[in-house]
Amino acid sequence: MNYQFEFNWLAQYYPEIVKGIGITLQLISIGAVLGIALGIACAWARALGPAWLKPVVATYVELIRNTPFLIQLFFIFFGLPSLGVQLGELQAANIAMVVNLGAYSCEIIRAGIQSTQKGQFEAGASLAMTPFETFRHVVLVPSLQRIWPALSSQVVIVMLGSSVVSQIAAEDLTFAANFIQSRTFRAFEAYMVSTLIYLVLAVLLRQILAVIGGFIFPRRAVR
Amino acid sequence: MTEFTLWDILRNLLLATRWTIVLSLVSFVGGGLVGLLLLFLRISAHKAVRIFARCYIELFQGTPLLMQLFIAFFGLGLLGVDVPAWLAAGLALILWTAAFLAEIWRGCVEAIAKGQWEASASLGMGRLQQMRYVILPQAMKIAVPPTVGFSVQVVKGTALTSIIGFVELSKAGTVVTNATFQPFTVYGLVALIYFALCWPLSRSSQMLERKLNVAHRNH
Repeated sequence: MNYQFEFNWLAQYYPEIVKGIGITLQLISIGAVLGIALGIACAWARALGPAWLKPVVATYVELIRNTPFLIQLFFIFFGLPSLGVQLGELQAANIAMVVNLGAYSCEIIRAGIQSTQKGQFEAGASLAMTPFETFRHVVLVPSLQRIWPALSSQVVIVMLGSSVVSQIAAEDLTFAANFIQSRTFRAFEAYMVSTLIYLVLAVLLRQILAVIGGFIFPRRAVR
Repeated sequence: MTEFTLWDILRNLLLATRWTIVLSLVSFVGGGLVGLLLLFLRISAHKAVRIFARCYIELFQGTPLLMQLFIAFFGLGLLGVDVPAWLAAGLALILWTAAFLAEIWRGCVEAIAKGQWEASASLGMGRLQQMRYVILPQAMKIAVPPTVGFSVQVVKGTALTSIIGFVELSKAGTVVTNATFQPFTVYGLVALIYFALCWPLSRSSQMLERKLNVAHRNH
């Protein structure tokens, strides 16, 4: 193999890479906040909600969890316009990530809610709380605390999965890598560099989520 | 202009589904073999070997599968050979699957009570014998549900190979869309076909898990 590695292009193209990192971080920030919010709502509906809502949420969760993210993205970006819903590529990417994380986090959070001891619900009821108040004030936070590590991993997985949004021309980190390789023909190096950046982002994101977890859950877990 | 019936679309998609299935099987079986090797390295008695396996797993779990596909596709090209997309796709998916399966299986091996290791060691078994006769038969039982569950991720992972030009279900979806201008129908059908492939796997994983839990409670 007499291939000469060359990284000179970095000097010229680093603004593209920085911009790409920015978009990737923006996508995962919005995706994580709204996705987890959706997940909490769906988990409530599946574990404690009205009977008619349960199969609806279950269908949503199963549909999302058993189809590739790429196809969900294509369906939202290319398919929905024929129903009259026109979306920009970043909007479509955001919606796809929220919908995707919503389904996965629903299942994770539901496991947290269902591992709550019955006494907690009874204690809430004995204080004359409505079921929803009990959920909101007694059950939710300790449930989230128990499953926070699993939820964090899922957020990292969705961040890594977001690399496919470059396929609908959302200008994330992968898009930057594609752009650079098309200009410099240094495909291997461009993808090497962006892969390493993704690795760093994944490690950082895991740390950040652990810190956030420490803020939201200052006390030890109660079962 | 040619008119496309729903059957035309569906038939083309189903023909391409064959390649999704073949690639999934190859990745899962190949990934399982490499994963087993990785599992042995991951729980090896030598620290350096353990660290190597850990780095491998971290690297493949901490980077996007799409990037791994790109690197396999363009990296193999550096060796001066013309790389067909199926080769890069198969290779990347096998290595990716191996990392995840090794980590899942490590959890199962570590779930086996320590006394089992000690008992088998006291019978004078070597490390490989311990694994072969004592640990793996027990670990395999608890490994089945999460392994079947992960196979869903493999099937979904094959969708990304369309991006490096391997013609499977997702790529066929794009091609058929470009011919028919019916993205809603086509991608809807593609999603349903993936669902038909993945849902039985998800369900059986859940059912196996429930069965295993019941079996454990009776102990």
